[in-house]
Amino acid sequence: MSVAAPLAVGVVLVVIWEIACRAFHVPIFLFPKPSDIAVKLASDWPTLLAALGMTLRVALQAFLAAIVIGTLIAFVFVQSRAIEMSFFPYAVLLQVTPIVAIAPLIIILVKNTQVALTVCATVVALFPIISNTTLGLRSVDPGLVNLFRMSRAGRMQTLWRLRIPSALPYFFGGLRISSGLALIGAVVAEFVAGTGGRRAGLAYEILQSGFQLDIPRMFAALLLIALAGVGLFTIMVGLSKLALGAWHESEVATEA
Amino acid sequence: MLAPNTTLSAEVDEGAGAGAPVVEILSADKIFPNGTRALAAIDLTVASGEFLTLIGPSGCGKSTLLKLIANLIEPTEGRILWWSGGFDKVGTPGRSIAFVFQDPTLMPWARVEANVRLPLDLARMPGAQSRPRIADALSRVGLEGFARNYPRQLSGGMKMRVSIARSLVTEPNLLLMDEPFGALDEFTRNRLDADLVRLWWERKLTTVFVTHSIYEAVFLSTRVIVMGARPGRICKVMAIDEPHPRHENFRNSPRFAEHCRALSALLTEVSVQQMRS
Repeated sequence: MSVAAPLAVGVVLVVIWEIACRAFHVPIFLFPKPSDIAVKLASDWPTLLAALGMTLRVALQAFLAAIVIGTLIAFVFVQSRAIEMSFFPYAVLLQVTPIVAIAPLIIILVKNTQVALTVCATVVALFPIISNTTLGLRSVDPGLVNLFRMSRAGRMQTLWRLRIPSALPYFFGGLRISSGLALIGAVVAEFVAGTGGRRAGLAYEILQSGFQLDIPRMFAALLLIALAGVGLFTIMVGLSKLALGAWHESEVATEA
Repeated sequence: MLAPNTTLSAEVDEGAGAGAPVVEILSADKIFPNGTRALAAIDLTVASGEFLTLIGPSGCGKSTLLKLIANLIEPTEGRILWWSGGFDKVGTPGRSIAFVFQDPTLMPWARVEANVRLPLDLARMPGAQSRPRIADALSRVGLEGFARNYPRQLSGGMKMRVSIARSLVTEPNLLLMDEPFGALDEFTRNRLDADLVRLWWERKLTTVFVTHSIYEAVFLSTRVIVMGARPGRICKVMAIDEPHPRHENFRNSPRFAEHCRALSALLTEVSVQQMRS
């Protein structure tokens, strides 16, 4: 049901789109039919696939970097309120500054373009991991904290057996948001950098298609970005289900 | 009419029980950092083998007193002795304490068996040694078939049983319970009370129990401490001299009603005194 229903909506929309374009004779350089896009996708498949690979590589590297850095920062934050209060505003600053605005600076400062792109995407993907993991590490049942204290649990025991499991639902919530942001960050950074050649990502394909008025190709690239985003999100949902499925309210099917 | 054994707090310890002292509270009081005086100086001895209940209105410091005994908080003045020694020796064989909280406080991500095993895991007990203990604790609370379940699959009463099993698994010498059945419906509560009093009897387990319920206090206790508020203090002490083990039918006996009436009268007296002062 959760797959079939949205799929049905998609199919109906695509059919209406196709019929409308044909009925009103919309020119291909203004708004292509789905069939035009499909043809373009098939003919330009090798270059588009390579571009998708580049973009995904940047996005995934950035996502991994954001997970590692964000989790580490969260662990530092929960060590003391003073540390969190001193540094959290800067994390917020990082979050609210539009990546388009700082991307040129990063691209100038970092010599290697690939690294620069990854840095940009990491900056975008970092904040949800920091804030969610910090919240999770703090959201421990005070009764269980007392129980651990009474059982004379050590710091590491409390961390592994209590704090980390308590934080997992929040952490996975952060992953879902962050995975999408990493992809957005990668695409935005590619736009700003405008890198072409062999290392071109999907954003470059979109830019080029715009210059050449190859609108079906633009749509094809867009479609690939969207599918990549959906794919990432689906993987995160799956991971979350795998880790929390047995016990957490958010993942447990309600028994009627 | 039974004459309740009422004394002033200073003389409470006289004839507290036959057993050796397990906990001695020596003029311990508690003032919270915000200046609230939660407990006036308390003198109380918990004797080995007794089932001691703390009862009183909200804010009378009964939970605070229990936390002092658990060493979850420290007294502002005065001292507490455990088995005539300091808290550093608590946890060694023959001197272990278990605490049952108001809520089941189970780890939602862990199965029932893992929840029950937790205190043993934290003490790094090997699996071969802990397994029979877990099975024993689960069977004592009637949850043999539920070891592989997650807490969310259990009812409120069953979760509380898991919590009790977890406290029994360390084979404690002193069991502290802070209104453990307060959130449960009356039928479940009565059943768990009956199970608890049986467990206490089988194991000769020294227990300090906090409750709001007169019926629960009378059914379970060998001695009831009536506390008053502002500041929290011991007002009256009442012994429930009834044979053990007590069964469900004790609830329907005239003597049970008699004890309840006497305890209720004491509580009324305490609250009237409080209104006047």
